[in-house]
This record gives sequence, C-alpha cells and structure tokens, in this order.
Amino acid sequence: YIRTGSVFLAQTQDRLISLKRINSRLNVIGIPSEIISPKKVAELHPLLNVHDLVGAMHVPEDAVVSSADVALALASAASQNGVQIYDRTSVLHVMVKKGQVTGVETDKGQIECQYFVNCAGQWAYELGLSNEEPVSIPLHACEHFYLLTRPLETPLQSNTPTIVDADGRIYIRNWQGGILSGGFEKNPKPIFTEGKNQLEIQNLQEDWDHFEPLLSSLLRRMPDLETLEILKLVNCPETFTPDMRCIMGESPSVRGYFVLAGMNSAGLSFGGGAGRYLAEWMVHGSPSENIWELDLKRFGALQSSRTFLRHRVMEVMPLLYDLKVPRWDFQTGRQLRTSPLYDRLDAQGARWMEKHGFERPKYFVPPDKDLLALEQSKTFYKPDWFEIVESEVKCCKEAVCVIDMSSFTKFEITSTGDQALEVLQYLFSNDLDVPVGHIVHTGMLNQGGGYENDCSVARLSKRSFFMISPTDQQVHCWAWLKKHMPEDSNLLLEDVTWKYTALNLIGPRAVDVLSELSYAPMTPDHFPSLFCKEMSVGYANGIRVMSMTHTGEPGFMLYIPIEYALHVYNEVMSVGQKYGIRNAGYYALRSLRIEKFFAFWGQDLNTLTTPLECGRESRVKLEKGMDFIGRDALLQQKQNGVYKRLTMFILDDHDTDLDLWPWWGEPIYRNGQYAGKTTSSAYSYTLERHVCLGFVHNFSEDTGEEQVVTADFINRGEYEIDIAGHRFQAKAKLYPVTSLFTHKRRKEDVELSDLHGK
Amino acid sequence: MCVCPGPRRIGIPVRSSSLPLFADAMPAPTQLFFPLIRNCELSRIYGTACYCHHRHLCCSSPYLAQSRLRCTPPPAYATFCRPKEGWWQHTQGRRYASTPQKFYLTPPQVNSILKANEYSFKVPEFDGKNVSSVLGFDSNQLPANAPIEDRRSAATCLQTRGMLLGVFDGHAGCACSQAVSERLFYYIAVSLLPHETLLEIENAVESGRALLPILQWHKHPNDYFSKEASKLYFNSLRTYWQELIDLNTGESTDIDVKEALINAFKRLDNDISLEAQVGDPNSFLNYLVLRVAFSGATACVAHVDGVDLHVANTGDSRAMLGVQEEDGSWSAVTLSNDHNAQNERELERLKLEHPKNEAKSVVKQDRLLGLLMPFRAFGDVKFKWSIDLQKRVIESGPDQLNDNEYTKFIPPNYYTPPYLTAEPEVTYHRLRPQDKFLVLATDGLWETMHRQDVVRIVGEYLTGMHHQQPIAVGGYKVTLGQMHGLLTERRAKMSSVFEDQNAATHLIRHAVGNNEFGTVDHERLSKMLSLPEELARMYRDDITIIVVQFNSHVVGAYQNQD
Repeated sequence: YIRTGSVFLAQTQDRLISLKRINSRLNVIGIPSEIISPKKVAELHPLLNVHDLVGAMHVPEDAVVSSADVALALASAASQNGVQIYDRTSVLHVMVKKGQVTGVETDKGQIECQYFVNCAGQWAYELGLSNEEPVSIPLHACEHFYLLTRPLETPLQSNTPTIVDADGRIYIRNWQGGILSGGFEKNPKPIFTEGKNQLEIQNLQEDWDHFEPLLSSLLRRMPDLETLEILKLVNCPETFTPDMRCIMGESPSVRGYFVLAGMNSAGLSFGGGAGRYLAEWMVHGSPSENIWELDLKRFGALQSSRTFLRHRVMEVMPLLYDLKVPRWDFQTGRQLRTSPLYDRLDAQGARWMEKHGFERPKYFVPPDKDLLALEQSKTFYKPDWFEIVESEVKCCKEAVCVIDMSSFTKFEITSTGDQALEVLQYLFSNDLDVPVGHIVHTGMLNQGGGYENDCSVARLSKRSFFMISPTDQQVHCWAWLKKHMPEDSNLLLEDVTWKYTALNLIGPRAVDVLSELSYAPMTPDHFPSLFCKEMSVGYANGIRVMSMTHTGEPGFMLYIPIEYALHVYNEVMSVGQKYGIRNAGYYALRSLRIEKFFAFWGQDLNTLTTPLECGRESRVKLEKGMDFIGRDALLQQKQNGVYKRLTMFILDDHDTDLDLWPWWGEPIYRNGQYAGKTTSSAYSYTLERHVCLGFVHNFSEDTGEEQVVTADFINRGEYEIDIAGHRFQAKAKLYPVTSLFTHKRRKEDVELSDLHGK
Repeated sequence: MCVCPGPRRIGIPVRSSSLPLFADAMPAPTQLFFPLIRNCELSRIYGTACYCHHRHLCCSSPYLAQSRLRCTPPPAYATFCRPKEGWWQHTQGRRYASTPQKFYLTPPQVNSILKANEYSFKVPEFDGKNVSSVLGFDSNQLPANAPIEDRRSAATCLQTRGMLLGVFDGHAGCACSQAVSERLFYYIAVSLLPHETLLEIENAVESGRALLPILQWHKHPNDYFSKEASKLYFNSLRTYWQELIDLNTGESTDIDVKEALINAFKRLDNDISLEAQVGDPNSFLNYLVLRVAFSGATACVAHVDGVDLHVANTGDSRAMLGVQEEDGSWSAVTLSNDHNAQNERELERLKLEHPKNEAKSVVKQDRLLGLLMPFRAFGDVKFKWSIDLQKRVIESGPDQLNDNEYTKFIPPNYYTPPYLTAEPEVTYHRLRPQDKFLVLATDGLWETMHRQDVVRIVGEYLTGMHHQQPIAVGGYKVTLGQMHGLLTERRAKMSSVFEDQNAATHLIRHAVGNNEFGTVDHERLSKMLSLPEELARMYRDDITIIVVQFNSHVVGAYQNQD
C-alpha cells in the first residue's frame, strides 16, 4: 500500500465543526490528525482550488490500497491456513436442521458445515431469503460511479493525499498517474431491487448525465483537470444498509448462520476489522468489542421489505457525504408502525422520529409556532425546538404530561408451574421472586456480566411476568430468551408489543388525573412506587397501570389494550385539562431521564458494561439464592473493582446559546488526561446546564493500561469535555443530583399564567 | 346555398326548411376573431349556423337531429335548436353592443386549455417482476365538438401481461364512443384470458366470491364510466366469457392475440346491436342502449406485451410508430390502415361485399352510401340493420327516438345490409430498440398534420426530455472539460423551453398552433382555442392523442435473449 494521507475539505463552518469533532475522536484513539487552514491544503495538493474552503482535516497516515490485491492477499493467507476456496461455485441455499446450520447446497454439490457466513455483499439479501426459514438481511445496492482518467502530463507524486470533498459530494485520488474520482450523489440509482437481474447487469453502463453534478464539482475543486482526457466512467454497484452501518452477527432464527455484509462502500477499509470481530464472535460466542450497532439483530423482518430498502438506501447513500448533525431522523421508510393515537397526536402538532420502524413523538409544536425547514434546522448549536421542549419539561415537573410510549418491546412469559420464575431468575440479575404486583428493574446479563438487555419486569401473577424492554430489543431479546429457555417446558413466551398502547403520565398531577378516572385512590400509600395493578380507566377495564415513568419523575405508565387506546387517551386529556395536562415527546423524556442519571440500553449501556460499572449494584442480587447468567463475572468484578465507571457530567462553563452542544462520543479528560468518551447528553432544564453521561477509565500514565476505577478516583478528578476541539469544564457525579427529586415550587413564584391550560 | 357540417362524419340531406333561415347569419371566417370568445350568449349564435367547409361537399345539417343524440346536451343548447325569431334578434343586438376590441388568450390561459385533459402515466419501475417494455404514456384531447365525441382508454391487463391503449372517435354523438371506451378493453382482456382463469372468474361470480381484477385502468378524472349501464355491460360480458368457456375444447392453449382482438371487436359490436334490439325495462337504459347503437365510433387499439405490438384498427384513426434512425433522425411507420375512401383496398372490399349493381352507390362522394366517412365502425346500426329491423326498433322505442330525424332516416340505396362492420384490421409489429414511441390519434390530428411531422415533433420532444441518447466515451478522446461542457449544455436544454410535460399536449400545441413555417404561433393558437364551442368544429375536429413510450433497453434485452 501507499501512504498518501488524506485531506477532508470543509466548504462550510458546519462541516468544519463536524471535522473537528471527528478530529478530537481520532486523536484519542491514537490516529494522528489535525485541522488545517486552506492555505496549508494548497501546499499538500498542487491542483486544488482552495478559495471556497474554510478549513480541512488532514490525516497524514491514511493510505491507499488496491482492493484486488487485498482480497488476493487475504485469500492466499487463508489458503495457507487450510481454507479451501471454491471458484465459480454458487450457493443455492443453506441447509438447516432444527434451527442449526448443517451444510451448504451449491450448484456443484453439498458441503457439510457447522457455521455458514453470508458475505455475499449485494446478493446477501437474496441468499438470506433463499433459506427455507428466511434470514432477513436488510441491504440494497445502488449504482456507484467513479471516473478514471488518462495520466496527467506531469503526473502527481505517488504520495499526493486523497481528497474528500464531502460538500462537493466527491472523493479524488491519484490513479496511475491520472485521477480517480467518484462520489455519493444526491439522487442515487438503486438497482437489483428484485434480486440478481441479467437485464440490469447488462444495463450497468456509464451514465454521464447522472455523473454531471459530480463532474462539475470535481472541476470546481481542480479546475486544471479541464484538459485531462477521460479513460472511462465505471459503474460499480455498492451495497447500503438502512442505517448506514454494516451488518454482522448471527441470525436470530438459525444458529450457526453468520452474516457480514452491507459495508456501505467501505468494505475495503472495514473488511479486516469486521472479519476479526466476526471470527471472535464465532469462536468465543461474542466479539471483544461492543458491536450492537452493527448486529444483524438490530433489524427485524420489518426492515426487509424490498420497497422499504429501495427507498431507504436512496436516502442513505447521499447521507454518506451529508453533514451529520445530532438528532437526525431518516425521512424515508416512515410511518410503518404507529400507535393508534398517531393521527390524534399528529393533528396536535407532533413531530416524529422513528425507532425500529415505530413512530414516536419528539415534541409537539404549538399551533402558533413555526419550526425551521428540515434542511435549515440542521445545527450543532442550540436547536430551534429548545423552548418547545422546555415547556414540555416544565409541565412534566409541575403538572402532568402524556407521552405515547407504545414502541417499547413488551413480552409476556407465563407457565403452568414455576418454570417462568425459574427461567427468569436464571436470566435476570435482580431477584424476581417478589410479591405479585411488584415491578423490578433488572438487567439481562451475559456470561461476562454485561447487559444484553435492560428492562423492567412486572409480576402479574405467580406464574406470569410482563417484561418491558427498549424498542430495538424486539429481535435481540426474543432471540436471547429463546436461546436460553428450555425447549419443552410449559413456558409460553409471547410478544405482546402490538397489543398494548403505552401512555406515560408524567408529573405530580398524574395521581389526580388517574384517581379521577378510576375512582380509586392513587396516593403512594395505596399505590406505592414500582407497583403494577390492573384497573379501570374511564370506561375501559383491564388497563395495566404501573407506578413508574422511566424518568424518575412521579407518574404512571398505562398499558392499554389497543382498542381502548383512543378512549383512554381522550378521557385522560379531557379530565387532565384542569390539571394543566399536555402532550409531550421523547425529547422531554430524554432530558428528564439524563438529568436523573438514568442510563439507557443501546446508548449508555451495552453488552460490555456491567451493572457494577454504572452504579446499579442495587439492581443485582448476587445472593438471591440461585445462580444467574453473569453472576460469576459480577462476583469477580465486585472483588477486583471496576475498570470503568458511568459518570454524570454537568458542564460548567458552557453557554447553551452560543457554544456547540455536546452530542455523544466526546472525549472526557480527567486532569488533562484522556479518560473516556461520553455516551449521551441532554440539556437539563432544571439544572440549566448540559448533562453528559460517559464512562471514565483509569489509564495508567506510564503504560496506558487500564486500572481499577474507584469512587474516590472519580471524585478526585478535574474533568473537561472536548466538544469539537473546545474543552469545557465539567463536574462529575456518581449519583443524581438529589435536589431534583424534591422539587417544590415556592408559593411566591406562582403566576397567573400558571392558571392557563397548557 | 350550401350549409354543411364541415368535417362531420355523417351528412344527411335536409328536408326541413327551417334551417336555411340561418344562412344569413353565417359569419365570414374573419368575424370569428371578434370578441365572442367563450362568450356564452354570443357563441350560441353560431351554434346553429354552419360554415361551409371546403373539404366535403355535401349539403346537410344534422344539427337538429343530432342534438338529440348527444349524450349530455347542455339543456340550454337543446332549446336553441328550435329556431326562434325573437331569440335571434335579441342576440344579434347583443353582438353589436359588445366592444369590437381584439382579445387574445394569454399563454397561461392557452396552457390551461391545452392541459385541461392531459394525462400521463409512468409504468412504475418497481412493478412486480416484469420489467415493462412500456415506459409510460402521455395522452390528451382537445374538444371541437361540444361535448367532445372522442374518447380514449388505457389499461394494464392484470391477468395476462400487456397494456392496452386506444383512441375512439365517435360520430353522431358520443354515446357509442363512450360505450366502446368503457367496454372494449374488457372484451379484449377476456378474449386473452386462459381457460382456467375464465373458469375461476365464472366460479367466483357464481358463488359470490370476490372477482379477480382484470384491468387496471389509467384514467384522467374526466374519463368517466357509466354507472347506470355497468350491470348491463357486465351481464353481456359474462355471457361472452361463458360462451368462451363452453367453446373451449381444451386443445389450443396458446391464445392468438390477433384473433382475440378481432373476436373482441366483433363481439362487442354484436352486443351493442343486440342490446339495442332487446331493449331494457329501465327507460333510461333503454334509451342509452339505443343511442349507443344509433351513434357510431371508430377504434384504434394497441396491445403491447414485451416486444409484441398489435394494433387493431377499425375506422380512420391511426397508429404511428416513431422510429429513430441511426443518424438520430426520425421516421414514421404506419401501423394501421385507414378505413375510408382513400384506401383502395377498402373500396375494393365494399364493392365485393355487395352486388355489382351497387358498385356506384356503395361509396359516393368518398362516403359510405354517400353519408359516412369511415368504412368501418362500431354502432351505426343504420348501416347494419335491415330496414325492417330499424323501423321496428324505432317504433317500439321511446318517443325521443321517434322524434329524431336522424334515426328515422334510412340511408339511400340501402339494399343489402350490412354495409358496415366493426371488424378490425390487426397489424403485428415486433418492437426493435429503434422503435421509440407509438402515437395513437384520431383523425383530428392526422387531418392537420403530416405523419412525418408528428413523429419528428414527438421524437424531438421526447429526446429533449431525456437528453437524447446516453453519452458514451467509448474510445474517443474526450477531456473532462469537453465532457462537462456537453453535459451542462444537455441539462440546460432539458430544463429550459419545454413548457409541456406531456408529449400529447405538445403535439396538440403544434397541431393547432402551427403556422406555415412549422413553428407554433401563439397568436394563431390563441385564436383557435378561443373559438366558440359550436364554431370550433368548423376549423378542426376533436383531437385525441396517446403517445406511448417504449423502453429501448428492455426491448433490446428481449432481442438479445433470442
């Protein structure tokens, strides 16, 4: 390979911010890079027009390799280790017996095997479907064009850096004395929607008109290329996934069926690493890093519609070079799963985001307010919805809000005898042998003590449990439960996600609303916290009311059989009027949750974080009288201490209006030394500060080795959070700020406006 | 004095003396451009006045009679058909009172008139497993008659592959063309269905289950279907497929498209005729079926399935293929033969079908029996039924029919009916990659434009739309700068002048607005479009156009497969 380095250009300030963020992350993982001025850019590359640039990021150690050579090298290395490679052989389908891979049927005969890895790239989807029990691998190909030219009169030096001009949507590199340039255009052409299609393969031709915008952008960047002669325009389809991240891991339905595909045109750069993790996964049962974000199980069958994929990749491909800002929502493939209240909420100004295909309200735009158009609303600074969410949060604190939280994954586990309890006791770290009606927050851990899932379990009766997990756990959690449940016991596991609409009544007045609707006392004496009761609300009977809100605020979750959803919602809203009820969305929820230090699975917690590392010792009952998965690891950790600790940071000298907002992934510095990265952040309207959650490590100053992190270690540090190169001072907390729980409004602060309906 | 309906298809010698009264009122063409544009009151003056068109020399005015045959005559219009002295005076007075200032339609107004009926359909690229050889079609119509007598239809066959497109030119009212436009494609689709599918549908009807859908219509909102007759039409159609089921001997599984088209045309015409003979207890329907049978319609229908293109034509509408030669120029290939006096073979056929002594009377003044311009048509039972049958039906028919001069009138020299058939002439063409589009249009277009011009205009328009052929570098020496220049030029060309999004609209704009230099003259266009409803017919006929675009890639791929 040739070390050329690469330069990422920024035509706008926002792009520069984005590069600065990447820059600070690269630096802490040991990749040298720096932000440079346009002038410096011109020195690095002789042909560049730098007049319209505001800056750039230079990564000097980046290199260029030939994909064919790499593939060949990998193949020959594999052969040396005894791997047999069959050329020109196509896999017809994978043979499965009892949910386990047993072999492969090819056009040249059968091959027995225990593991099968689907690396079929853009055909992986088809191959997955060819199984008797289809494996859904959501990816889709788009045509991708790049240009090759004849050599320049004075060829570029071989170490001329590769240029990425994301604002111009192109990349440019040296190629055999000429130029190779391609890009990710705004209007991609999806292909092979119906699978391998001879017709479309034949038609894979140069499409110059399609390439025109990219060519313009190339000539603008390098005007001297005008006279350079074209060799050809290559059309070579690339594969994209619904969320721009590659797909790997084991199929939830077929054991031994692994997947590694959908590289979003970064196959060459990620291939090696992805291969390593997948190998670890196959050998050890799990990879050595958290790769939930790449796990095949983050998708379900619902992302495997061809139409969905086709539409979504048309959005994903341009996104590769789009500016990535916080809180971006995909615009395509929406409104697939909705709550029965969707229309009602939408009519009241709800703005939506999507998770696992489910539409969830972000916030409610009041009728008299206008928000910016989508494109203009992209920002790294204070967003336009700031005041809207502020009023929703305030209402949660002072009155009562309703949030539709139907997207949560809901399972019911019942058995004829005690099997349900036994299985759950084995799977969960907390003690589930609680009196009927109690709710337990608990983690579902793996052997290493890490969180496979973080959920709340309500004991409905002696033999049945109701389990609430994050939305995107639907496939993963199901697979995990199925894997660990004895096969022939009288256990019934049912996915009831679709059966219930969940309304979260948050706020001090939630009690009043509910008691008025049910004619039942709801005070803490009668209905203590973390309790679950079936009761009537309005005319509707059998509503599961739980005294928890996922935020630490007082209130209730109502699990309503969907046919009653509209009725209950209408009743709650009309009775709630006199208590100042209003709709709220997930942004308010998030702010409330993070300021209370409620970590969330998938963002803060993952398969490599244990309860002890995030201050949840109380949710683990090591001595509950029986073994559970991960217990040994936790015992050991308890003895040895933890190597990282989830910590809450309150930004001190951060100006909400003028400074860049934290997002996630910002480096944390302790006493000037890198100590970890943030995992999530939110503005706390109560503290009037930004709050970040993140893990603090204790890297040895000499060796860089990880050492034990103690509470003392955390408390004694001075912290800074690096947002795009600017460090802000932060106060570290291991436990939530207590004043938040005893929020009381002083009498003299009450205003007339508090009497308005919200 | 010669009062004639211009290019109207049927002329009837006038016996009534009331009409010449209006001869004085006949305006000179120059007067047309006075401020009577879309002025209801004034335009009615011309409603009963007729202008002598130079093309067809026959003295007649069917107005009185025909107004009865129209399917939805504006109520006001009906009363004006009865001449009244007082009314005439009155309106004439008004005319002089109006300001003689020139009035032109602005370009946006012209556009809104031209675009009122435009329709575009793109075959969804993500349409099941079939990659269609049809990219889509544009259609449009511009009325000259009020109401318009042309009809158009387009539909995708759901149980077989292929797409059906057709234009229908009605005469003596729109009843027949309307009925044909609603029904013909069902007859064709049913004729194409395999035996099992027919059985399945019949069983579903029998047992009250949901029926398989047969056609996916692609309709403009103005293209309506008759609700009232739907049941009647269905029953006739069902009888047809029941017979097809009974006829099936189980031997031939391959369905011949040509045969299917011919059978469908003939069967529908037969059903139209039968329904009128049998009548219907519902008086509205009874009148409707009679109007359908006594009016007429020509039909030009294309069936495209992969590379197989069939055109079935009855009458004088035309199907024209636009072929792009290797040098990029356009040439026209006619895929249908007009069935009129200009067609030697048709003249020959008519003479052969009737006794020698009728040789002179069968076609007179280029018209069938001196009356009808097209030599083949649906409906027009006046040219099909025996005199006895005609009389019987009219006598037993409703009063409206009885009062009608036109229906009562028996063509002269009517000895050996039928003189007219709906049997189509079917042309087969195997599509090639150079076949870019097909234009189906009623004679309203072909009268005003030469086929070469039609194909050239559409061809240039379509290539302008998708910027010609894709560019390929293939071995030539091209620099990035040159390529960039070329591409920007192509893009500019595409986004600029083309105000029409619809090839059919574009063609109508040319048909109506072309000056002697072959370019669209806005002034002329404006004048033509502001003609009052009843006068428009003197200057042009109804124009209906469908432009079907083919997918050369798909067609080419089919070709490579063989």
